[in-house]
Amino acid sequence: MSSLSSLLDGFASVLSPQNLLYAAIGVTIGTLVGVLPGIGPALTIALLLPVSLQLDDPTGTLIMFAGIYYGAMYGGSTTSILLNTPGESASVATSIEGYRMAQRGRARAALATAAIGSFVAATISTVLLAFVAEPMASFAVTFRASDYFALAVLAMVTVTALVGASLPRGLMSLTFGLFLGLVGIDSLTGQARFTFGVPELLDGVDVVTVIVGLFAIGETLYIASRLKDLPAKVAPLEPAKGGFAWLSRQDWARSWPAWLRGTLFGFPFGALPSGGAEIPTFLSYTVEKRRSKHRDEWGNGAIEGVAGPEAANNASFSGVLVPLLTLGIPTSATAAVMLAAFGYFDLSPGPQLFEKSPDLVWALIASLFVGNVMLLALNLPLIRIWVKVLQIPRPLLYTGILVFATLGVYAVSGSVVDVLIAYAIGVLAMFMRRFDFPIAPVILGLILGPMMETQFRRALLLSDGALSVFVTRPLTVTLLSLAVVALALPHLPKVWARLRGGSGARRLSFAEDD
Amino acid sequence: MLRRTLVAALPALLLATTACAEQSVGDPNAPAGSAVAYPSKTLQIMAPAGAGGGWDTTARTLQQALQGAGLLGGQSAEVRNVTGAAGTIGLAELVTSHKGDAHQLMVTGLVMVGGVVTNKSPVDLSQTTPIATLTAESEVIVVKSDSKYQTLKQLVDDIKADPTSVKWGGGSAGGTDQILVGLLAKAAGADASTVAKQYIAYSGGGETKAGLLSGDISVAVSGTSEFADLVKAGTVRALAVSSATGGDAGLGTPTPSIKESGYDLELMNWRGLVAPPGISDAEKAAVIAMVDKLHASAQWQQALTDKKWTDFYRTGGEATTFFADEHTRIKAVLTEIGLG
Repeated sequence: MSSLSSLLDGFASVLSPQNLLYAAIGVTIGTLVGVLPGIGPALTIALLLPVSLQLDDPTGTLIMFAGIYYGAMYGGSTTSILLNTPGESASVATSIEGYRMAQRGRARAALATAAIGSFVAATISTVLLAFVAEPMASFAVTFRASDYFALAVLAMVTVTALVGASLPRGLMSLTFGLFLGLVGIDSLTGQARFTFGVPELLDGVDVVTVIVGLFAIGETLYIASRLKDLPAKVAPLEPAKGGFAWLSRQDWARSWPAWLRGTLFGFPFGALPSGGAEIPTFLSYTVEKRRSKHRDEWGNGAIEGVAGPEAANNASFSGVLVPLLTLGIPTSATAAVMLAAFGYFDLSPGPQLFEKSPDLVWALIASLFVGNVMLLALNLPLIRIWVKVLQIPRPLLYTGILVFATLGVYAVSGSVVDVLIAYAIGVLAMFMRRFDFPIAPVILGLILGPMMETQFRRALLLSDGALSVFVTRPLTVTLLSLAVVALALPHLPKVWARLRGGSGARRLSFAEDD
Repeated sequence: MLRRTLVAALPALLLATTACAEQSVGDPNAPAGSAVAYPSKTLQIMAPAGAGGGWDTTARTLQQALQGAGLLGGQSAEVRNVTGAAGTIGLAELVTSHKGDAHQLMVTGLVMVGGVVTNKSPVDLSQTTPIATLTAESEVIVVKSDSKYQTLKQLVDDIKADPTSVKWGGGSAGGTDQILVGLLAKAAGADASTVAKQYIAYSGGGETKAGLLSGDISVAVSGTSEFADLVKAGTVRALAVSSATGGDAGLGTPTPSIKESGYDLELMNWRGLVAPPGISDAEKAAVIAMVDKLHASAQWQQALTDKKWTDFYRTGGEATTFFADEHTRIKAVLTEIGLG
């Protein structure tokens, strides 16, 4: 009850014209930077920090930052859907079905389900943040290295749906991602791996560089290579139904359960100190695909494949705020920059924050609601403008994408080597597209590989090399058992049939979709 | 290539000529710094790391304070991020591409000294023109509040008896936190190499906190400000800080320093400013004169207070000696613990 009244106080302080203006500015800037590949919310907020210090208004600044974050998340999904060029890893899952929808002329519906889904997820997860932040945080910090390893294994075996139609091709893509994840200084021993004497490779290959290379540059080169065979415009567009009818009745019916499930994945993963926004988006994609009654549409633009991952993506941000506000633990790049912002205003997030500056915390939480409403208000009308992007002639459009992609990579790292790496990956991605290799498993390998490796070795270091550490903790054992179940479950009926002498499947399939 | 060198050399030559001219007619009692009009074009301050980190914050604070205190003589200052490998990518760029350009400054610090050693960087700080050290932050050694360790001595006695008995955690391998663990073991006469092998590297202060709270590690090492709130809340206990004398680790009362606990060791995570090699003495004096004025300015002092940075100001020869001493000391300990 006290949380509720504090929250209402928070709304009272946020709903001033000035703060609403900050929210509007934040959402607008965020949407714009989100649309540009490479430049994410973390960089934008870091660049705006000195400016916002001049404002000397902690509440206003934090409201603006929350707006930037949500805006950037949403802007990122816009380009993923329309052009297959996600700007950061959390939008990769969205791009798979979203882009197919756009190609079928359903760009409006895809953008709408992303926008409304983001809003629903962010609203629900902000409510969760307001009421279960502390118990959630105390549970999240009980996760040990062995638990994280088990979680990564579980995620790896359950997201096989991303591997696509051909298992060998999918595994080759995955292996390429795992290899990219190995490049750089080994975090535990400080030894350089696969750097070939290039100092720029010591920090590894940045995920943003890989994504820009794989998607923005790879897609551009691929399109350029077969420009003659393509229609002059990117995609046809279903005629607008006019007014507020972005989604048909069937779209709504298929979207809302996906939004809710996505939220349930996103929030807890965001709250884990080593969780992140990518894994829940991939999990959500897999679950939606498994549950879908419209199996034939997958790979061809299924709306659940956009609704679920987008909701997971947005819900994870409120999750990220859980350890940030209660323990001062930033779990994403953006959270780390927000932590710095707190520091400037002489506020240190942590156990004391709720007691010392409750006004600010509740104002921040209230501002998340305001930012969300603002985002929806800005973006639903903007859909009709965004889809016009698809009417730009291909050569012009993709030239623009290439320019912005190059600028984005250079702006983040300040290094030409990173631009060259992005282009090298882009050329490879062009051939991957040509020969039907799925792109998403590369990202999966790049994100899950290092997590599995580091946590596995940390756990062993902590146990002085005893492998028993993976079977003695109840949480680790539970997660690993779930992984085994997830692997075995699709095959059980066949195995059962064979045991009973029936004509079971001749070969074991690795995923139910291969 | 030749043309580029000439173009690059021209402004330097002009500057040097102006400097000589001004010096010859100027007041012989005036400080050497006023001899060169500096800056005479846009000042580039490089933060050799990504946006939002300590070096980036230092660079942007410098930029603002220089502008705010009116020390740029009508010119402006720009901050540029060059990321990677504990700042050694930025260092290599400064030394090779900006030789002789006094308008290219770079923020540096202890982390870079360690990075040069662990990454086997072909360039090190001795190849730059040291300008000044600016700020410093002490490190803190913390345990969970239910830990058996009440004092640093109990902890050190344990690692002397059995170097594998304590699992430490902190920032990246070979960074300030692990250097402190190595130095502490060395100062206490424990087996530094084995002790440092019990160190779990995390990707940052946040992950280290989570590692300590979950019980993965028993002792965490980090910057003092990182754990201040958890110390205050009583969730963790600060055993010692790494400054020369005790300091506030969050409780409001001083926590004893490592030195005061009986181990001859002091380690500050300092940050400073360097210029490229090959600038003239007059230019170096001019940069130092500007930083001197900056250090005295109300804007900089206010920034120190706001950001809770300890003033750690040394310039010129003093800074040069300090950089060299730190390099020797850090290289020795990193080699001993097998990271050099």
